[in-house]
Amino acid sequence: MSSGEVKLIGAWASPFVMRPRVALNLKSVPYEFLQETFGSKSELLLKSNPVHKKIPVLLHADKPVCESNIIVEYIDETWSSSGPSILPSHPYDRAMARFWAAYIDEKWFVALRNFLKAEGEEDKKAVIAQMEEGNALLEKAFIDCSKGKPFFNGDNIGYLDISLGSFLAWLRVTELAASHKLLDEAKTPSLCKWAELFCNDPAVKPVMPETAKLAEFAKKIFAKPQA
Amino acid sequence: MAERSDTEEVKLLGMWPSPFSRRIEIALTLKGVPYEFSEQDITNKSSLLLQLNPVYKMIPVLVHNGKPISESLVILEYIDDTWRNNPILPQDPCERATARFWAKLIDQQICVAAMKVVGKVGDERDAAVEATRDLLMFLEKELAGKDFFGGESLGFVDIVATLVAFWLMRTEDLLGVKVVPVELFPEIHRWVKNLLGNDVIKKCIPPEDEHLAYIRARMDKLNIKSA
Repeated sequence: MSSGEVKLIGAWASPFVMRPRVALNLKSVPYEFLQETFGSKSELLLKSNPVHKKIPVLLHADKPVCESNIIVEYIDETWSSSGPSILPSHPYDRAMARFWAAYIDEKWFVALRNFLKAEGEEDKKAVIAQMEEGNALLEKAFIDCSKGKPFFNGDNIGYLDISLGSFLAWLRVTELAASHKLLDEAKTPSLCKWAELFCNDPAVKPVMPETAKLAEFAKKIFAKPQA
Repeated sequence: MAERSDTEEVKLLGMWPSPFSRRIEIALTLKGVPYEFSEQDITNKSSLLLQLNPVYKMIPVLVHNGKPISESLVILEYIDDTWRNNPILPQDPCERATARFWAKLIDQQICVAAMKVVGKVGDERDAAVEATRDLLMFLEKELAGKDFFGGESLGFVDIVATLVAFWLMRTEDLLGVKVVPVELFPEIHRWVKNLLGNDVIKKCIPPEDEHLAYIRARMDKLNIKSA
């Protein structure tokens, strides 16, 4: 049943929050965006996600759905007759999409986050090596999943595009901070082309954070306290 | 019975004492899908395993029609997408999202917390016990008034939560540390009894005596004191 008011509790800078926003845009579902203040958690958030107390939380007719990728699947299943399919239709392709989405969150993103926290050249070098290894895997995954089409999901943006694409703004901020290209045209040509297409998609553009604004925000949250 | 063509070949690379491997066997058995089981030794990984799961080099790996799928939760969803009889996930999108949420909690947090109980000693172990119990309380509440997490019959969360019923709860006896006492978790204990009354579960979980001997041997090897 797709009727009922839709609200999304989140924050503009969060890549996890961006995922359901892209999904709702793909399905042309209007929603109220309830922006959390950085550093505090609203009563509604604590009530809607008592287990993790984290954003994003989708509220559909007041029923909460938590965990970004789970919310994306929920959106796809609930508004199945609207817009393109977010998950692929073939079970094996669905399995590949879920597999790589899990890899992105559990391994790839962890490396990206470690880079932002890394101190010293040795640490940074080690994390860059980790990231490049991950990127090589994702480059191959893209070739396998896209089968010659522009997106992981084929002709249209889908689950895996959203899962990786939601990190592109943070990836850019990291590249700026490191003065090092993490998505390299020479090493990952397909991913570079894909990234540009993803960022320009009408479902993505309105919710992708601006790099400069995000870089300022990153400085603030990763700022070391003054001695 | 007509001979199965190669295209229907289902093979599972797994390990008899692994909860992640056993949950796949439960799902396949629930659906009546015949499969060939290939016992793996992860201390001496076969070239087949390395070829079929190059990213994680771990079991379980399901091979269907020659194509490999890794990561137990991904495999479970694949099985449910492919063999539509005896559905494991509910039909309703909200209930599906909830089932996926609990499965993720079990694998990413309860499992990790439970491993700390085994691996740590003294104060650190006490803290791990408390953390595990806090997480299990969510499952306890979820079971209220239900025979299984899936309602009247076994579902996705039940299959995933066998990790709690037959691994955590068997290990705690050997450790002499009651992580899941019946006074605090009467619903979970009732649920375990319901599981033990189910033919598929009885068939697919590791036989108790061998399993306890295996856990005890592993604990001895890791210098973990047993009760």
